[in-house]
Amino acid sequence: MPAQIIETNSTPFKPIEIDPVTLDIIENALRNARIEMDATLVRTAMSPGIREQGDAFPLIADPAGKMIVGQFGSFIDGFLKGFDGTLEDGDMIFLSDPYSCDGAVSHSNDWLVLLPVFKDGRLIAFTAMFGHQSDIGGSVPGSMPIGASSIFEEGVRIPPVKIWKKGEYNDDLMKLVMHQTRKPDWCQADLNALIASCRVASKRVVEMAERFGDDVYVSATQELLARNHRAMKTLLSQAVGESPVSFEDYLCDDGKGFGPYKIKCTMWREGERVILDFDGTDPQSVASINFLLNENMFKMFFGIYMIMVFDPQILFNDGFYDLIEVRIPEGSLLKPKFPAALSGRTHALGRIFDILGGLLGQGTPEFLNAAGFSSSPHLFYSGWDNRAASEGEWFQLFQIGFGGIPGRPLGDGPDGHSLWPGFTNVPNEFLERYFPMRIERYSTEPDSGGAGLHRGGNGIHMTYRFLADGNIAIHDDRWFVPPWGVNGGHPGMRARKVLERADGTSEIVGNKIEDVPVREGDLLHFITWGGGGWGDPLERDPELVGLEIRQGLVTPEGAKAYGVIADENGTVDDQQTAALRNEMKSTRGELPLFDYGPSIDVLRSNCEAETGLPAPVQPVWRNTNVREAAE
Amino acid sequence: MGYRLGVDVGGTFTDLLLFNAETGQFWRHKTPSTPHDSSEGILNGVGAITKEAGVAAEEIEYFLHGTTVATNAVLEGKGAKVGLIVTEGYRDIMQIARSFVPGGLAAWIIWPKPQPLAHLEDTVEAPERMGADGKEVTPLNEDALRVQMRKLKSNGVEALTVSLINAYVNGAHEVRIGEIAAEELPGIPVSLSHEVLPEMQEYERTLSTVANAAVRPVVSKYVSNLRRQLEDRGLKGKLSLLRSDGGLMSSEKAEEHPVNILMSGPAGGVTGALWVGKNAGLSNILTLDVGGTSTDVALIEGLEARRIRTTEVGHLSVRASALDVKTVGAGGGSIAHVPELTGALRVGPESAGAVPGPVAYGKGGELPTVTDANVVLGYLPEDLLGGSFQLDREGAKKSVQTIADALGVGLMEAARGIIDIVNENMFGALRMISVQQGYDPREFALMGFGGAGPLHVNAVAKLMSSWPAVSPVSPGVLCALGDATTRMRTETARSFSRLARDTSVADLTATLDEMAAQTRGELLADGVPEEELISAFEVDVRYAGQAFEVPLTIDKAVLDADGIEGILARFDEEHRRLFTFNMDTPHEIVNLRAVAMGEAPALPAAELPKGNGDPVAAKIRDHKLWMDGAERDAVIYDRSKLRQGDIIPGPAIITEMDSTTLVENGCTASVDAVGNILINPEAEG
Repeated sequence: MPAQIIETNSTPFKPIEIDPVTLDIIENALRNARIEMDATLVRTAMSPGIREQGDAFPLIADPAGKMIVGQFGSFIDGFLKGFDGTLEDGDMIFLSDPYSCDGAVSHSNDWLVLLPVFKDGRLIAFTAMFGHQSDIGGSVPGSMPIGASSIFEEGVRIPPVKIWKKGEYNDDLMKLVMHQTRKPDWCQADLNALIASCRVASKRVVEMAERFGDDVYVSATQELLARNHRAMKTLLSQAVGESPVSFEDYLCDDGKGFGPYKIKCTMWREGERVILDFDGTDPQSVASINFLLNENMFKMFFGIYMIMVFDPQILFNDGFYDLIEVRIPEGSLLKPKFPAALSGRTHALGRIFDILGGLLGQGTPEFLNAAGFSSSPHLFYSGWDNRAASEGEWFQLFQIGFGGIPGRPLGDGPDGHSLWPGFTNVPNEFLERYFPMRIERYSTEPDSGGAGLHRGGNGIHMTYRFLADGNIAIHDDRWFVPPWGVNGGHPGMRARKVLERADGTSEIVGNKIEDVPVREGDLLHFITWGGGGWGDPLERDPELVGLEIRQGLVTPEGAKAYGVIADENGTVDDQQTAALRNEMKSTRGELPLFDYGPSIDVLRSNCEAETGLPAPVQPVWRNTNVREAAE
Repeated sequence: MGYRLGVDVGGTFTDLLLFNAETGQFWRHKTPSTPHDSSEGILNGVGAITKEAGVAAEEIEYFLHGTTVATNAVLEGKGAKVGLIVTEGYRDIMQIARSFVPGGLAAWIIWPKPQPLAHLEDTVEAPERMGADGKEVTPLNEDALRVQMRKLKSNGVEALTVSLINAYVNGAHEVRIGEIAAEELPGIPVSLSHEVLPEMQEYERTLSTVANAAVRPVVSKYVSNLRRQLEDRGLKGKLSLLRSDGGLMSSEKAEEHPVNILMSGPAGGVTGALWVGKNAGLSNILTLDVGGTSTDVALIEGLEARRIRTTEVGHLSVRASALDVKTVGAGGGSIAHVPELTGALRVGPESAGAVPGPVAYGKGGELPTVTDANVVLGYLPEDLLGGSFQLDREGAKKSVQTIADALGVGLMEAARGIIDIVNENMFGALRMISVQQGYDPREFALMGFGGAGPLHVNAVAKLMSSWPAVSPVSPGVLCALGDATTRMRTETARSFSRLARDTSVADLTATLDEMAAQTRGELLADGVPEEELISAFEVDVRYAGQAFEVPLTIDKAVLDADGIEGILARFDEEHRRLFTFNMDTPHEIVNLRAVAMGEAPALPAAELPKGNGDPVAAKIRDHKLWMDGAERDAVIYDRSKLRQGDIIPGPAIITEMDSTTLVENGCTASVDAVGNILINPEAEG
């Protein structure tokens, strides 16, 4: 039974013709309201994940639940269909279970608040915000057990419930929820922040309706959706062809020794509709790397990528959704069946952006970017502070790292920057002040960005010295299958992690590991992947390569990928460079559109030697009806 | 004696305002700026204004100056070549920055890769380490450091900065490196991060230190050159510069700490608005400074302008106090366009700038701008600047017609649409500094200045419900007026980061006393007499774990009386106002600041002769303009002929040398005793 919306005023909104200026004014005001949501959240949240890194996403929707502003698209329609209850003035919905909202949030760490906005007895809008909680209980600190085999191991699961019911706060419910987490103080602050943010937006919506009139406001939101529909229709007919194009990429492993997992997407247009079909994607994993991908969310990602190139001023909204059909096979990595574990979904989330880039850029190589999404690499470090001067408090760090941004048509990819909107790093002095650790190195990893006319951004090499005994966990990807280069650019270097023990021994550790004990004095090198290169590296100005040697971003050895011979001081040997470039040109053959690096088989056989880690084993699915059903 | 000369150098014009400190009488002058050497334009202006006023250069006691020389050095990358010494392992600190890419999802595709202010090839590492507790972890390896310094020397760095991890707790290694630098790089100025900004967060501290060092030689050269040239002209009065926080600092001090004048330009208008507000009896003011390419807005509450702890310059966020001025890319030169794909009307952020400028200026501009829309609607009469400059209304119409055609509406509707959109953009910026900060705009007046502020102020006041809308005296040179009428100021800040429950009043007082002594000493050294010195204090408080601090002013007497609890109660109240909730989490006292100020100069405003309420003597001619969907009769007045008490019903236009005030239909303007025009809705007016 779908949700029952209780309105005390049954007068429908009257459709009104909106002049273009009023429409633009309302669009602009909505944009401002959304900016205000972000600002409110970041200021009042407490976990470093939200307050320093900005891992949270807002939206404002129309009464039908279509997103008018925001960035991840709306899930509300699906929620309303599945919610067995009433929605009325003074209610606020709280949820975290991906399976009860069609994957609007894709792991239980993301807490979502949804506020139906009523004005004079009528539902006029929805505002919603979700943010990543640093800990929601479960089997490991941080609540993202990579080896989990079901969602029950991943902390508290909150189905859609009312945190406020007709204006009354459900204190018992919140006590129950907060009782499950290791960091109730952070969770409470971050939840307050999410709520404050939704309330701010709802206030703005009501003010707008008062200013323009309810009918004008609602009609304007409909026209904004329609405008987006028209714009996208034109765009799609120009940019997407009728013959299918496909692109595929891989997740390296599942943390249990199996991999890689393939994600494949095929795109074609039928009339005015574009089909995006994930047929050919591998079945779901027994571990937690599954990504319950909401179809609408993927439509939004797709739309944003299209728009970013053509009219970045367009306000993204859901208006174009019926122009796109997304097909995801049931039981696949992107549509796992309950109760599959989901907490490690960040890798697949990242990967679908690379896939989107590759898919859209095939027809227009001048707009093609290289690959650069691994995931959001995570480090968890927790324990009881056993330093002499401390009182033995519990500490728990969840930190998101960054890699290199890919080479782009625009130019080089920035080194060690975030591909996710709004994210920042945590100041190292903050880490050292509040956690038992010293950051002994925080630099870019030379040569990790793929060579190209436009170099891929370098990854980051961060070295942690642990000052108290504890446990660490790591989530990262792109350690086995490299980020590809385009238009002749080379792939970027892969991620790796090295643990140097205080006793002098050193080991390479995996990129998805858990519950690894560390002792005071141990050192962890957390090295992320570089972005792929863009364009022919032999066309890059040798003097620029020389400069980057002096800057420590490229080494003399790495310069050879550009056909440049230079010394430690970056002084280029013009003659040798010319000779090397000639030789490389004559032997390399045609430049590929995509350079994936070696094949999976070759990567596998060289894995141990190149990465220091055993190759992942090809997963075998006993039950193959998943694929057959999709075909 | 007793003259103060305010000088504000903008991109297009240099504005001067000469103020008689005894009578309040003033003269204003506008002269073209000379970007290759702005002192040239300044001297032209000084010559002209002293001649006009019949004042000898020797009679000018204070030369007070707002300048964008530091801002431009940063924005255009024309600062000094700065060498940077960082802790081993941190060479890429400026390259990685905060890893932040502005914009939404996929915005990285179109974001240009920034170049750090201190080049990476001029950044070296010092083998050393301090812990977060201030204890030495690894001693400084001086021999290895010297090798690195020689590298910087051969690179030809012009300034040296040292920014080490945890130096905000213990700066001993930075100090030692400074000493070694004096030996290895004699004559090169050195900045140490723990002196420039003794606060946590290594990137922000490093950036602020580097920014300071980068602009120092540029500012120093500019200031000393200007000082010399003024002296050559017989102007021997004291030269002070306007700080980003709206106070003045001696030019010598500005040479040392130019990071404090990065936002000198926009601060001038806000301090000017303060002076006007005082005279007009308004204490809560939102300011709207509309220029050619952008609009600056700020909030004044109780005659105090809101300050923030960071100064934004381009994509850089430097830790130095500044007035909380927000800028939107919406001004007279903003270009209107209709993207084919969406058919939406967009105004800005692209601007026609000064060249080619709006179509109506006849300097080759072809794209319709906000100014053109104002001309088409009749809001800007064809003869500007007292007839010295004729506007091309036909050209403006032709360009705005392209927008009308694309939208499928009439010419006047399109023109008013452009104005409505740009007003809306200004409205958005004003909301950010008011509603979003928990202020109710209905409790504020809105003051419009800059060339085009008085044209838009009435319409924007309607959107905000902020009354009256004010067109201040001399709106075109309000920045220079602000330069001339503000006071000396300095401040210092320190990280405190302690839980409130572990802090005693005595702890706080001891640190604050020390900081007060330091700031008072600075102003004493700058010649402010002891008896005129005023000290003030601020603490930043947050719930432990939050990223956002609420700054609270504190008074030592109140601190003694109410204790730490008094501060915390005020924090809770402020937090509730801003974010609607409080928490049980312990409070953390994050930073302390001490401010020392000179006395605010008691500068009177000159009164206008009294009139009888009828502005007819100032009437230039009848006029027609388009407003509220129809052509309407209006009257054009000459501002210089208005008398106090004159009442002007809208729609009306009031012109003066460098600005035009628009009174909208349904509103009424009145002229106050000192010449400010206050506009209110008819019903309330």
